[in-house]
Amino acid sequence: MQEVTAVLAPGVDKGSARPPGAALAGGRAQVVWRWCADHKLGLAGLVTIVLLTLFSFVGPVLYHTDQVNTNLAAVNLPPSMRHPLGTDDVGYDILGRLMEGGQSSLEVGFAAALLASCIGTLWGAVSGYVGGWVDALMMRVVDSAFAIPPLLLLLLVGTIFTPSVVELIIVLGLVSWLITARLVRGDSLSLRTREYVQAARAAGARSPRVVVRHVIPNALGTIVVQSTFEVANAILLLASLSFLGLGPAPPAANWGAMLSNGLNYIYAGYWWQIYPAGLAIVITVLAFNVLAESVRDSFATRLIHP
Amino acid sequence: MVAFLIRRFGQAIVVVVGVSLIVFLITHMLPGSPARAILGIQATPEAVRKFNEANGYNRPVYVQFLVYWKHLLEGNFGFSYKQDLPVRTLIANRAPKTLLLVGLGFFFAFVVGIPIGLWQAVHRNRLDDHVLTSISFVGYSMPVFWVGMLLIWLLAVANHVFPAESPSAATVGQVLQHPVSLVLPVATLTFVEAPGVVRFMRSAAIENLAEDYVRTATAKGARRVRIVLVHVLRNSLLPVITLIGLTLPLVLSGSIVVEKVFNYPGMGLLMWTAAQTRDYPTLLGGAIVIGVATVFGSLLADVLYAAVDPRVRYA
Repeated sequence: MQEVTAVLAPGVDKGSARPPGAALAGGRAQVVWRWCADHKLGLAGLVTIVLLTLFSFVGPVLYHTDQVNTNLAAVNLPPSMRHPLGTDDVGYDILGRLMEGGQSSLEVGFAAALLASCIGTLWGAVSGYVGGWVDALMMRVVDSAFAIPPLLLLLLVGTIFTPSVVELIIVLGLVSWLITARLVRGDSLSLRTREYVQAARAAGARSPRVVVRHVIPNALGTIVVQSTFEVANAILLLASLSFLGLGPAPPAANWGAMLSNGLNYIYAGYWWQIYPAGLAIVITVLAFNVLAESVRDSFATRLIHP
Repeated sequence: MVAFLIRRFGQAIVVVVGVSLIVFLITHMLPGSPARAILGIQATPEAVRKFNEANGYNRPVYVQFLVYWKHLLEGNFGFSYKQDLPVRTLIANRAPKTLLLVGLGFFFAFVVGIPIGLWQAVHRNRLDDHVLTSISFVGYSMPVFWVGMLLIWLLAVANHVFPAESPSAATVGQVLQHPVSLVLPVATLTFVEAPGVVRFMRSAAIENLAEDYVRTATAKGARRVRIVLVHVLRNSLLPVITLIGLTLPLVLSGSIVVEKVFNYPGMGLLMWTAAQTRDYPTLLGGAIVIGVATVFGSLLADVLYAAVDPRVRYA
């Protein structure tokens, strides 16, 4: 398993006697192949994510639908040859809308997770490395933000303005960095006592350099796993936010907003407005969760058998 | 123990102040002013100025924050112009109903999750363990509102088993007069919370099954059922307690959505309505109450944990 982690996160192996490059002696392809064989579920998650990306970004090229202009002549139609998944209350084709919604979900999910990981990593690494009252203060900030339910924070922000996609990414990133910060702080607390960190300091490296070059790379395993979970969380939050009517305004397509529409017609029995978007969310979130869990396992195995 | 309590309580107070500061800054720093929200966009600059002076909105933010805290300590949460009621009255009316919903959700999540998690630990890596793990993974990944919609679809629309709408009751007593209408909202919350309990319980029980006392009990001839139900179950329940504190923010997030889906008149719906109508005082007061409830919820869980497990270090 050690070879695998060397591929995924080159920094993780620095502490051990084996130089990182040696792990690749068997060939990169072979290592990747072995990881896939050991982690069938993680592989399934990865494949699902690739397929979803193709569906969302390449799909609209092959399957043309008008997702901007409403078509009041084709409202609430059940699935048929012309509209494989039916239409919604303003005549948008649901299959086409799923693709558009997938684009925004994946874009926002990835970007928000990336932003959250950057903030959380820096915050946690500095907090744990510096220690003392700075650490205490920084962690109380995290505790405070953690005590406010994320959806409530988003509700507060969404009240004041209807966010664009970029603003949405920033807002979601700003509510999602807390767990990363806590985890990286934990790693940082133990890393700062390691010999190589002390050696770097003795050699005259200044704190910012030690944090960036020695602490953060060695916490990379934690960071990678947590950011994968954060993609899933951001997609769920985006869906909830849009469901509550606080997401991007129409005609921007969004899975949560599609379901919010579906709820209005639930008594009319329009099941095709309930199942597809919900399943799309579950499959996407599940894929990221499974992948994250699987990557975490491969790190954990390495810890057990060094 | 006393020193631990004091320390932990002190931390909670700091966090409460932090929570209020964050919420206060968000409502004040973002564009769109309370004056415009209340007087309307047609209001003259003169009227806006007078309104700001009367409400102290023209003073520096830190002064406003201190004044707000002074009012909070006096029990004054501000006044909702939109609903024409003091915010305190609104919260006092809604909070108990959310407490009921969230409490029942937690209760049933534990009732369902603990036996399943224990069962999985005992049958670790067997087929039923894998199947149950897959189910809880799917449960993890389901959006709360979709679970609610599926339940409405299956049990209220396609089959008329339970009502899809909660009673618009004024008090907890009135809610409890229609227990049938609580079934779907509580089931939704249970479904969303149970997978976490299952995962936690499973790993706690697996750890405990490897402990020396299990080997000792086995060596003394205790039956497997007795070991699991008496020793492992009791010891595994401890870490599960901390789950209450850990997941409280997420559960309250879920409660906002559930209340919206089922039109349940709790804090979540109050906050959602306040967001729709730009009711700043209600948003501010409600967010602080929810934040404080979360802080003290996890404080309670920590203290409870320390009280039942003497091995917890009070450091």
